[in-house]
Amino acid sequence: MNVWKKAIKTDQLKPGNRGCVKFGDTQIGLFHFEDDRWYAVQNRCPHKGQNVISRGIIGDAAQEPVVACALHKNKFSLVSGKCLTAELPALVTYPVKIEGDDVLISLT
Amino acid sequence: MPTSHKILILGNGMASAKLLELLAEQPPQQPHEIQVIGAEPKVAYDRVHLSELFSGKTEEDLTIHSLGWYQKNKVSLHLNDAATSLDRESKQVTTASGKTFGYDQLVFATGSAPFVPPTPGLSGPAVFTYRDLVDVNAIKSYGATKMTAAVIGGGLLGLEAAKALQGLGLKSTVIEMAPRLMPRQLDDEGAGFLKDEIEALGINVKTSCRTQKVESLDSEELRFHFDGGETLDVDMIVVSCGIKPSDPVARSAGLTMATRGGIEVNHRMQTSDPDIFAIGEVASFQGFIQGLVAPAYQMARAAHGALTGGSANYEHPFSATKLKLLGVEVSSIGDSLGEQTETRSITLSNFAKGHYKKLLIDKATKKLVGALLVGDSTQFSKLKQLAELGQPLPDDPASLLVPVEESQQGTSLSFLPKSTIICNCENVTKGDLIEAITAHGITEISELKRITKAGTGCGGCVPMMVDLLSEQLEAQGIEQKTDLCEHFTYPRTELFSLIKQHHLTDYAQVLKQFGRGQGCEICKPTIANILASAWNLPVLNQQQIQDTNDAFLANIQNNGSYSVIPRMPGGEVTATQLAVIARVAEEFRLYVKLTGGERIALFGVHLNDLPKIWAILIDAGFESGHAYGKSLRTVKSCVGSTWCHLGVGDSLDMAITLEHRYKGLRGPHKIKGAASGCMRECAEAQSKDFGVIATERGWNLFVAGNGGIKPQHGQLLAQDITKEEVLSYIDRFLIYYFRTADRLTRTSTWISQLEGGINHLKDVVIHDTLGIAAELEEEMGRLIKGYHCEWKLALDTPETLNSFKTFLNSEETDRTIKFEPERGQIRPATLSQP
Repeated sequence: MNVWKKAIKTDQLKPGNRGCVKFGDTQIGLFHFEDDRWYAVQNRCPHKGQNVISRGIIGDAAQEPVVACALHKNKFSLVSGKCLTAELPALVTYPVKIEGDDVLISLT
Repeated sequence: MPTSHKILILGNGMASAKLLELLAEQPPQQPHEIQVIGAEPKVAYDRVHLSELFSGKTEEDLTIHSLGWYQKNKVSLHLNDAATSLDRESKQVTTASGKTFGYDQLVFATGSAPFVPPTPGLSGPAVFTYRDLVDVNAIKSYGATKMTAAVIGGGLLGLEAAKALQGLGLKSTVIEMAPRLMPRQLDDEGAGFLKDEIEALGINVKTSCRTQKVESLDSEELRFHFDGGETLDVDMIVVSCGIKPSDPVARSAGLTMATRGGIEVNHRMQTSDPDIFAIGEVASFQGFIQGLVAPAYQMARAAHGALTGGSANYEHPFSATKLKLLGVEVSSIGDSLGEQTETRSITLSNFAKGHYKKLLIDKATKKLVGALLVGDSTQFSKLKQLAELGQPLPDDPASLLVPVEESQQGTSLSFLPKSTIICNCENVTKGDLIEAITAHGITEISELKRITKAGTGCGGCVPMMVDLLSEQLEAQGIEQKTDLCEHFTYPRTELFSLIKQHHLTDYAQVLKQFGRGQGCEICKPTIANILASAWNLPVLNQQQIQDTNDAFLANIQNNGSYSVIPRMPGGEVTATQLAVIARVAEEFRLYVKLTGGERIALFGVHLNDLPKIWAILIDAGFESGHAYGKSLRTVKSCVGSTWCHLGVGDSLDMAITLEHRYKGLRGPHKIKGAASGCMRECAEAQSKDFGVIATERGWNLFVAGNGGIKPQHGQLLAQDITKEEVLSYIDRFLIYYFRTADRLTRTSTWISQLEGGINHLKDVVIHDTLGIAAELEEEMGRLIKGYHCEWKLALDTPETLNSFKTFLNSEETDRTIKFEPERGQIRPATLSQP
């Protein structure tokens, strides 16, 4: 069952932007695409273990929404969490929904 | 147990190393042992690239095989010892240290020694030869404190030596007895072009110049007395007058010697004693000694065949050399002086471009027998092919000398047969390369080199390998696209002009008009960078398209923390400012280090502390150092004539002027500059994208140098120019670079890909042949006007500061970023995975 947590207000992250939210010790990268799609994945890059995924550049690769890690530019699908550029463990992905002006993330 | 077969090799140079390598790959059938006696203290190294030791390479870089390799292949190596006598009766060699070595088969690979002419006075501590590591080290240490030098001998090696001396900052003169440089390869006119180019680099050339004697002056200087009474005073002399084979041991042992020296060998490299072989520069085949590495390797192959029961025969290779001497391309193919048959010639002599090209055509057969290329070797492979195979020439052979149109570039290899040897050193054919590319699925030149060994000898064939690889990939349908990425079908250069033409200022507009999709980590920062180069608008206006360092105006470190580097033009910092830096470092517990660009870096900054720290620094009068962008970093400087008793120009003023002028500029890659107050070059201006060196008459301007992965010396753009000229030339140079370089391309790579190279750049920047000089300067003027300190602007625009919060939903700092103590400061904690 999804446990929805309020993360931010929608206007805190303008379209095209990315940021990080935390719940306890869990850091989550949050991404807002120009066409108003939202995605959330673990902030920790499985490559070297740093919490920097949320500072990467977003975009698409063959229509798949992706983020490129800020440190070594490894590209991850924001839908499946899979790494498209190296053999790395997939990122944990989190469902996101918008209710009014709230952005909610499911942590389960 | 049968006694093992003893192979003894005298000498451990390049020929010896090649033979050992072949023996390791394909050893003799019977039980055997291999011993090597080498006179030099170091294990075999790449002598061809000796001059690179003056431009940053280390002895280790040049080593051919490590000591471990010798151990692994059971080669017993005796260095720093030389054979002094050979007893062919008892099959024993005695060395200088008194050891004796028995052999069943003996190989002479003792190479040669420099020939020093018997000119009176040509000896002593300031006279050097240029042959081995010992010579190089001696020249380096003696030359370090000297100002002037002369090289006797204007051949290939002499010019290499002159380059090395120039690298040491010595004003050098090349003295050649013949009426021209490289008299064995070039004709008078071709050599004249080479002389012009070399003199433009600041090296004097004296031809038809015979030395009567050398006089030692009380000042420790040496004075040349030439025929005709002229004199020249220098601090040191390097002799490069040719070689003499190191053959005395063979001679004393009664082996048959060639008339002109060297041990006579047959095409299996066998001497007059069937158990004794000779390879490399000590071997004379058909009366000729070969001084290049390719024939030496071929000889090693033939000798290897003879030692292992193989059948390889040696023939002198078709002579064709392609060189880059002091940045000038010089090629000679076949009978380049037309000495062997009656020939007629076709000459293209283009003074404006510094190109000289000549075809020598046999009068009777109408076939190409030789060619000369100075300044531009583009047609080398085609001409070599025509001459080597005696292929028929086109109706108008002069068309062979006209540069290939841009659209046809890369097609020059397609007509070569597969048997053509591309790499002469490693004997690799075009067919071998193609096979390797297909069999191993090679897409990178480094892989092709690793697998085929081609291009690992003299390196002259690498450009051909690059062309061949791209042709093959294209043929396989692996298209080498110039598309920026899947979102833009344009290369950076075209996007640059489209953005300028259409006055686009934001990424969304560019994507909408010229791209598709959502963009990616390639096109977003590239376009961000073009927009910055074109308009110099604040980068944080479009933070979402910036690379991480530009997005947060700081360099991300391996643990996700950042560094802070304020600008310190000329490396100047006041005591008060130092105190502010110290206070910040203490308050935020940062690691402090001086950078290579003469400024102070603070490491270990949490993302959310960046604005707080910059607020303090800006308050103290600092500006952003732009250490994080593809932008101007620093203009390094010595103290110049302000403090230094040797300085001839105010390099501090120059460096500070340049840094303030170009600070905040963004280009295809980072840009570094430097200004030195004299030719001793303490600021290392010749290793920067732009560098100026003060002269007695003004400034010398160098461009397109860099350190980095492949260090490159800057190339001289203009000499003895004024400060105003320095500024306008650099303005023009930089904007031209911004417009025409591919993404992430440093100026050195850019200029090497620029058709016409430095000469073209001189045309554009100095002679204004494209008629755009004024436009380039205006554009730079606008960018300079648009300068703003990005951190000051960010702090003045509070809404942008929201993005510097570590968490959107919390004011906390990221506690997973941890540090540990080291040498009294902090360092990132060794990561333990959560």
